[in-house]
Amino acid sequence: MRYKIEIQSLSAWFGSKQVLQDITMRIKENVVTAIIGPSGCGKTTLIRCLNRMHELTPRAKVTGRVLLDGEDIYGENVDPVTVRRRIGMVFQKPNPFPMMSIYDNTVAGLKLNGVTDKKRLDEVVEKSLRAAHLWDEVKSELGKSGASLSGGQQQRLCIARALAIEPEVILMDEPTSALDPTAAAKIEQLIRILAENYTVVIVTHNMQQAARVSDFTAFLYLGKLVEYGSTKDIFENPKSELTEKYITGEFG
Amino acid sequence: MSQHEKSQNFLSKIKSNRKKRFSEDSVFRATVLLIACNIFIILGLIIFKITQGAWLSIQTYGIKFLWGTTWQPFPPDPTVPPSFGALPLIWGTLITSAIALLLGVPISLGIALALSEFAPKSFNYIISFFVELLAAIPSVIYGLWGIFILIPFLQNNLYPQLQATLGFLPFFQGTIRGSSVLTGGIILAIMIIPTVSAISRDVFAAVPNSQREAIIALGATRWEKARIVMGYGRSGVIGAIMLGLGRAVGETMAITMVIGNSFNMFTSLFEPGATLASIVANEFTEASSPPVYISALMEAGLILFALAIAVNASARLVIWRSTRKIKEAEML
Amino acid sequence: MRSYRFRKLEDLIMISLAYAALIIALIPLASILVETVSRGLPAMSFSLLFEEIPPLGQSGGGIGPAIQGTLIVVTLASIMGIPIGVFSGIYLAEFRQSRLASAARFLNDVLTNVPSIVLGIFGWAFVVVAIGWSVIAGAIALAIMMIPIVTRTTEEAIKLVPLTIREAAIALGVPQWKTTLTVVLSSAKKGIATGILLAVARISGETAPLLLTILGSRFWFSGFTQPTAAIPLAIFNFSQSPFRTVDLPRAWGASLILIFIVLVINIILRYSTREKYG
Repeated sequence: MRYKIEIQSLSAWFGSKQVLQDITMRIKENVVTAIIGPSGCGKTTLIRCLNRMHELTPRAKVTGRVLLDGEDIYGENVDPVTVRRRIGMVFQKPNPFPMMSIYDNTVAGLKLNGVTDKKRLDEVVEKSLRAAHLWDEVKSELGKSGASLSGGQQQRLCIARALAIEPEVILMDEPTSALDPTAAAKIEQLIRILAENYTVVIVTHNMQQAARVSDFTAFLYLGKLVEYGSTKDIFENPKSELTEKYITGEFG
Repeated sequence: MSQHEKSQNFLSKIKSNRKKRFSEDSVFRATVLLIACNIFIILGLIIFKITQGAWLSIQTYGIKFLWGTTWQPFPPDPTVPPSFGALPLIWGTLITSAIALLLGVPISLGIALALSEFAPKSFNYIISFFVELLAAIPSVIYGLWGIFILIPFLQNNLYPQLQATLGFLPFFQGTIRGSSVLTGGIILAIMIIPTVSAISRDVFAAVPNSQREAIIALGATRWEKARIVMGYGRSGVIGAIMLGLGRAVGETMAITMVIGNSFNMFTSLFEPGATLASIVANEFTEASSPPVYISALMEAGLILFALAIAVNASARLVIWRSTRKIKEAEML
Repeated sequence: MRSYRFRKLEDLIMISLAYAALIIALIPLASILVETVSRGLPAMSFSLLFEEIPPLGQSGGGIGPAIQGTLIVVTLASIMGIPIGVFSGIYLAEFRQSRLASAARFLNDVLTNVPSIVLGIFGWAFVVVAIGWSVIAGAIALAIMMIPIVTRTTEEAIKLVPLTIREAAIALGVPQWKTTLTVVLSSAKKGIATGILLAVARISGETAPLLLTILGSRFWFSGFTQPTAAIPLAIFNFSQSPFRTVDLPRAWGASLILIFIVLVINIILRYSTREKYG
């Protein structure tokens, strides 16, 4: 198995506040990697650095390198827009475009590239919605507004939207935290299936979730990478005392 | 006194206090209510007084006033009664407002996007101040500037070129006049920019950031992000445009000073014209007789009042509904 | 297919257009300010500020009565408009749930949008018909312009007063009316002052309603039931004068004074609201 993403001494700031300190880690292809840690530890910032979303915040700064297939996404001639086309993202709160139909939401990314071929769009809509396990629930009402769905369905629509641009990596920032347990369970199942074809990086504050869905787990504390390894090792034999404390729920 | 009596005593004291307080508060309530009622009274009086003044004209010309095209307070033949019709005024009001929207809205949306989406925040603060200053400049100064700076510029530079390129259209034919409908529309465009841009900017600023992040994560450029923001705030922007229209319709001084004040069913925008507001400003103080003359002017004012209220009320309705929709979307 | 290069170009063009719109809008502002200062400054003199207005075409004199008239009309309008506005605002904020309050709020918005010339017609029909062109008629028209502005800002300012402050007073046993008039009003006074200032700035430059009410005059104030001069009216009259060499400098001088007043008020407003937003 090869490495899809290599993070090399990555540091990030908001203004003068440093939120990530010298993170170095390698993320394997076609597995689920979970990033856990107490709130404020920088886990969201870390994945937002992977598709260059962090720099959109005013006064934010990043140093270090992030290699995607060996190529630095922070390289001088790299356009963040092209990076984001290869790396999809799903956010904490479902954020479909309420002014668009389910259909248009799904292909919003494709339409940016001017894909207008109706047949191609139809195919992508069905394929993406099927992959997001939403097709059967919405196939008869694709013209309805994306906002008319339930929270869990909206989140799966957002996943379909991210899949439609055929990314190589999918970043998920606490994708189930705004959902009820049943909806969350569906998303978790989906994540496992997605890992067959995509490299998935998921941020979660829910340790059980990390244990259930991920193959590898990274534990972040106060902006530092404390421990990183297979999920089994992290949860059963943590090397660091800090990790053990966190896993056993002694803090955070 | 036993403990029980003491507490009874204390309770009754509180009760009487509460009663007194209650009545004090209701006096207070009644007083402010009475003052607030002034709003109802004032509005009622305005409608009553102007309708009363316009009544003679309404009775004399009836509904035909709306599409009549003559304005003759003193007909050349003294045996003919004066006649009034407001169509050219309504036409002038609508066309100048339409020009104002056509020119002012794209500029306002550009400003709103620049301020809310493209420019750095520190830059916004000072620029918004300047744009808002445009709203603070008195209308009469716009008029003065219009007469002596804008008109010479337009008449000598822009208009001849406009006629040379678009002269095949009926709106750009005939003698070029500086004091014309087009100049009136242009000055109105400048005057609605602060209104439309400030409200649109607020509408855009209220669009949740999650929408921006969603489209950026799909690989959108800054302009594509701005389009999503505009789509989300669509109905709010429509409301902003309609408020701008309300301002254009009611604007008086500046347009009176540059439109040429001619009761004229114009086709070319280079012709002089008049609006419902400008004719009142221009003729009212001299219209002492005949009585139906001043009444006709008041009816023009009444139409203007109705138009302005209709436009503004629908604008507020649209804005109110759009903010409610956004709030509902955020609740999910 | 839109190629990436095309999208990049489109992005660049549209953003440039947005900035261009900003610049286009600022050109008239810059032009108005520059022209008013450069043409008004040479006309500025002691006599411009303090002497009577000469007939059109005659040299000498100033716009003294116009400055005086504006001060008097605006003051009188404020005396009538501010209390009504502030108390209406209190009513809307303190009894905001009542159905009457929402009706009043709606009509207040309607009142905001009544074109100023219509208020002039009203002032004429309501006052001028009875007592003739007069200061009072003008002040009433301007007061009606002020009321909705002051009402709205007072309401907003009072709504911003934290509930805890109000509760603290009520817990001490202070009745509601006293709480409102003392504790709440004093925490909201800055917002209310802002609204008043905004309204004053708005009415001091108004011309259309004054045209139909105070008529204009060349002489000093001679009573509340008499016509009077005002700066915006003087600007309008000078601008219509056929004797441009004599009267235009006066028009620009008067404009400079008016712009100066409006500018100062707006800068104060900007400064005072800045603190609120940090």
